Amino acid sequence: MGGYFDGTVRRPAAFMAARVPSFTDFLTTYAPDLLPGFRGSLPGGLMLPGGTLPGGGPDGGVELVKNLPHATTIVAASCEHGVVLAGDRRSTAGNMIAKRDVEKVFRSDEFSAMGIAGVASVGLEFVRLFQVELEHYEKMEGRSLSLEGKANRLATMIRGNIGGAMQGLAVVPLFVGFEEETGTGRIFSYDVAGGPYEEHRFHSIGSGSVFAKSALKKLYYDDMQVQDAVLACVQALYDAADDDSATGGPDLTRRIFPVIATITEDGFRRLPDAESAEYAQQVVASRMQSPDGPLAPLRTNR
Amino acid sequence: MPFYVSPEQAMRDKADYARKGVARSRSSVVLQYAGGILMVTPNASSVLHKISELYDRIAFAAVGRYNEYETLRKAGVTYADVTGYQFDRGDVTARGVANWYAQTLGGIATESIKPYEVEIVVAEVGTQPDADQIYRITWDGSVTDEPGFVAFGGQADLVAAELKERFSDGMSLSEALGAALAALSAGSTGSPAASSAGSSAGSSAPGGNGDQAGLTAAQLEVAILDRARAHRTFRRLRGVRLEELLAESRDATSGAAEGEEAEAPGTPAAPGDAAAAEGDTAQDAGSKSAPETDEPPTGPAPGGADGIPRL
Repeated sequence: MGGYFDGTVRRPAAFMAARVPSFTDFLTTYAPDLLPGFRGSLPGGLMLPGGTLPGGGPDGGVELVKNLPHATTIVAASCEHGVVLAGDRRSTAGNMIAKRDVEKVFRSDEFSAMGIAGVASVGLEFVRLFQVELEHYEKMEGRSLSLEGKANRLATMIRGNIGGAMQGLAVVPLFVGFEEETGTGRIFSYDVAGGPYEEHRFHSIGSGSVFAKSALKKLYYDDMQVQDAVLACVQALYDAADDDSATGGPDLTRRIFPVIATITEDGFRRLPDAESAEYAQQVVASRMQSPDGPLAPLRTNR
Repeated sequence: MPFYVSPEQAMRDKADYARKGVARSRSSVVLQYAGGILMVTPNASSVLHKISELYDRIAFAAVGRYNEYETLRKAGVTYADVTGYQFDRGDVTARGVANWYAQTLGGIATESIKPYEVEIVVAEVGTQPDADQIYRITWDGSVTDEPGFVAFGGQADLVAAELKERFSDGMSLSEALGAALAALSAGSTGSPAASSAGSSAGSSAPGGNGDQAGLTAAQLEVAILDRARAHRTFRRLRGVRLEELLAESRDATSGAAEGEEAEAPGTPAAPGDAAAAEGDTAQDAGSKSAPETDEPPTGPAPGGADGIPRL
C-alpha cells in the first residue's frame, strides 16, 4: 500500500509481522480511521475532544444524532437443534420513517448471525467488521472461532464504541449461533458497554422489544420445531409493531415482510422472501379473526 | 560487510540460494477445469497446508520453506481482507494480490541478505472460464500470467511439460486430477533430464516427487475453487470424497497413460525441443530463453538463467 490521503504511509511490513489473528486489532494500529465509531482521531471529524458534536452547540448535535436512522426490533428464539433470528423492516429518524425495507438481520458466518438495533449506519459498519473478523480468524488459523469466542469478540468491539454510544451513536447487537459440539442454538445479548449476556430460550432487543418479549413469553415452549419458532417470532414482531410506532408490521401492499434467518446443523439460512411472506400472511390472516393473536391458556394444565 | 561484493555477484548468490531451496521442494500444480480451478500437491501433513484460501474467489498455493510462505499467506489474507473491507468484496482481485506479492518479494530479494526460498501461485476463479486467472510469483518478485495451468517447485519443467501434454480446456474434475497426478509423477521419474533441462535450477536438485502414481488420498493435498459456489468458493477435497475422485480419475486415465508411457522418457530429454514447444506459453522463464515479444518484461531478462542480465 502506498501513501494515503491523510499523509500516513502504510508499509507492507505491517502485513508480514507476526500478530494475533484479529482483524480489528490489526486495523487499530494499521488504519484506525476504518474502524466504526470514529475511534481514530479524524481531523475535522464528527467527534470532538470535548465530547460535543458540531452543528449548533450541544443541543444541535443531539438533534442531529436523534434524526439519524435508527434500527428497531429484533427477536431471537432457540429451537430444537437450532436458533431463529428475525427482524422487522423499519428504520426511523426521530418521528419519521427513514426506510421501510431496511435489513437488520445478517449472516456473520456459516453458523452464526446477528441483528442490530440502534444507529443504523454504525450498526452496519459493525456487521461488516464482525463478518471480516470471523472470516479473518478462520483463514489465519485454519479453524473457526468457538461460539463463545465469537460472542466475546463482539463484546470487545461493542465496548470499543462506548465513546460514540455516550454521544448518542449507540448500537446494540443480538448475536445467535449454532454450537456444533452440543447441537444447540444459543443467544447472546449486549449493552452499549459490551457483554455478552447469554439469554436462554428467547430474547428481543430494540424499541419494540418489550412487546415482542411479552408475546414470546406466552408463545414459546421448549424444543420448538424450527417452523414453530419462526412463526412465534413473526407473531412477536407483529405484536411489537402493534404497540410500538418504530417497529414495522408486515406490509402487504408493498410485499415487505420480516427478514428471518435460521441456523441449524446445516448452517445459516435466510428464508427466501416467498417463504417469509407465507409466514407473515399466515399471521395476518389469523389476526383477522383474532386481532390480539393466539390466546395463551389461563391456567397451567400440563 | 567487511569485504566488497559486487551487486552482480550478490544477486547471483541469492538467486542460486533461492533456486536451490525451491528445487528441493516437491512440485505442485494448479490447473483449470470446467467447474473452476484445481490445486494438487503432495503433502504428508493434513494440517500444515501448502494450499489455502485467500479470499472469496482467490486461492494461494506455495512451495519452499514453510515458515516463509506461511508468513506470505497470512500477509496476503490480511491484504485481501483490508482491501475488501475498505472498498467492497468484489474489489479484491488476484492481480492485485499477485502484484502485492511481487512487490513484497522483490523488496525482500533486494534488501535482505537471505531471499525467501519460495515460489507461490495466486489463482482466481471467474464467473466464466475465460475470466480465470493464474499468476506465478517467484522468489525475486517476477510475476508471470499462466493461462490454463502451471507447475512449480521441484522439477517444475518436467511436470509442466507433462501437464502441457495432458491439459485441455473444459476437463472434468476427475480428468483434471488425473492429468495433475500424471504430471506430478513425471517430475519424479524424469531425473536424467533434470540436469540438462533446468540449467541452474535443476542441477543440484536431489528431490523428486517420489512415486506419484502410488500417492494415496492421505499423501495429497487437493483443493478447488468452485465456480458454481456463491461467496466463498474455496473447498478442500479430502477423505472419502478425495478417494472416490482418485479412483475415478485413475480409471479414466489408465488407458491413455499406458499408451504414452513408451515415449515419455524421451520427450523432456531434449531441452531445445521442449523450449520450442513451449515457446508461446512462457512456462518457466527462468530456465529457458524467453520468447521475444514487445511486451514489457515481467520476469527475468532474456538469456538470464538466474534472473540476472548477462553483461
